[in-house]
Amino acid sequence: MSWNRKHLLDIESLTPEEIVTVLDTARAFRAVGERAIKKVPALRGKTVINLFVEPSTRTRISFELSEQRLSADIINFTAEASSLKKGETLRDTARNLEALNADFIVIRHSASGAPHFLARVINASIINAGDGAHEHPTQALLDVFTIREKKGKVEGLNVTILGDILYSRVARSNIWALTKLGAKVTLCGPSTLVPRVFEQMGCRVTYDVEEAIRDADIINLLRIQHERQRKTMFPSLGEYATLFGLNKERLKRAKPEALIMHPGPINRGVEIDSEIADCARSLILEQVTNGLAIRMAVLFLVNGGKGPQEIAAKR
Amino acid sequence: MPEASPILNAPAIQRALTRIAHEIAEHNEVSSDVVLIGIQRPGVPLARRLGTLLSGIWGQQVPTGSLDVSMHRDDLDQRAAPNVQPTEIPFDVTGKTVVLVDDVLFSGRTTRAAMDALNDFGRPKRIQLAVLVDRGHRELPIKADFVGKNVPTAMNEVVAVHLTEMGAVDEVVIERGKAR
Repeated sequence: MSWNRKHLLDIESLTPEEIVTVLDTARAFRAVGERAIKKVPALRGKTVINLFVEPSTRTRISFELSEQRLSADIINFTAEASSLKKGETLRDTARNLEALNADFIVIRHSASGAPHFLARVINASIINAGDGAHEHPTQALLDVFTIREKKGKVEGLNVTILGDILYSRVARSNIWALTKLGAKVTLCGPSTLVPRVFEQMGCRVTYDVEEAIRDADIINLLRIQHERQRKTMFPSLGEYATLFGLNKERLKRAKPEALIMHPGPINRGVEIDSEIADCARSLILEQVTNGLAIRMAVLFLVNGGKGPQEIAAKR
Repeated sequence: MPEASPILNAPAIQRALTRIAHEIAEHNEVSSDVVLIGIQRPGVPLARRLGTLLSGIWGQQVPTGSLDVSMHRDDLDQRAAPNVQPTEIPFDVTGKTVVLVDDVLFSGRTTRAAMDALNDFGRPKRIQLAVLVDRGHRELPIKADFVGKNVPTAMNEVVAVHLTEMGAVDEVVIERGKAR
């Protein structure tokens, strides 16, 4: 058992053993979701604040349900409804939340490093639910969990990540998690969105989509993030669909056992064709189910991860 | 190095389990009502062994499951997160006599957590407790129905159960001078 962390801020700083600990723990929590009574008392009496400064629906709902299934008390803060709109700084908001005796803060923020900043200024456990284009650790953990459950391993697999890499925190966290566990990662997309600099993270970069998917065991499609992009990155969504979208014809070039993933929300007809999204090789909805198990596991682990000194002091 | 002295060797463990199996059979007239649930980890192989012995006595299969109590512990914020093992109860416990099986009965807190965890799976008719070793020092009003061996211990001692299913030689030892 190797987990002694109070926070989950990124994948970059995790060891492969720590990642495996999360995956193993998540397997037990997925079984909880399959029972008639889907709730355990592990976080009874604990308060979790979901601080979503940047809008999110599915990640927030996934965290909320995970927290409820662990019996925690929950407060939701969204950017629209909070004082951040009135000019309060992140630090002041966080200190106010801490004054409510929050035990955990789950934060989604448009600024990279916002969770790391919070971890320095307040005492609660911080969980990064996505910070700018930096990292989205729980998404990467649920992705590698889904891959491991389906393929039985991660090491040695060829994983192709296709789409908007430059602006994607999902891509960065996935690259860290996959390479730490020994997968071979290929990145593909328009050259403006897949800079060669990613080769320094241990990935292969190609701009030929058919070559990118030919040997893939997993094809992970990323959404084109209109909201983060200047308009000059590629000419049109239609052209993107023609050049890089995954359709039936293109999928015929991949191995028959290759599986398809997407963190959602999907843009049907852009990065993925409808019939591919709904086919048996698509793991998209399984990723959603596994997301609950991963988030329960992360909350459960950081609850115990107070560091050895702090635990000794309590005895 | 802590000093370790043996309490039970392999044949003694086998004898203790055989006796417990006969006691379970004696206390439960309707054999079809009885299911065994081992508490992770050492309780699980012990429950399987008891299941095999009871099947021999009753001439019918005895359903056996495993239960992990990590999520129901009362000290989760005072320690590093425990290693969670699978819970597999492939039968309905409602209306059954559930015999919980654990290796060592100590404070009683694991047993309490197990009874809480079991609630999520149904409403057993009754719950009984079988342990290989009762070492005393109870912190809760809990008592075992079936005991392999009562061993008086000091708080700074550790009772370790080693089983072949977990990659060791069958043996129960007491280790002295180790913090709890």
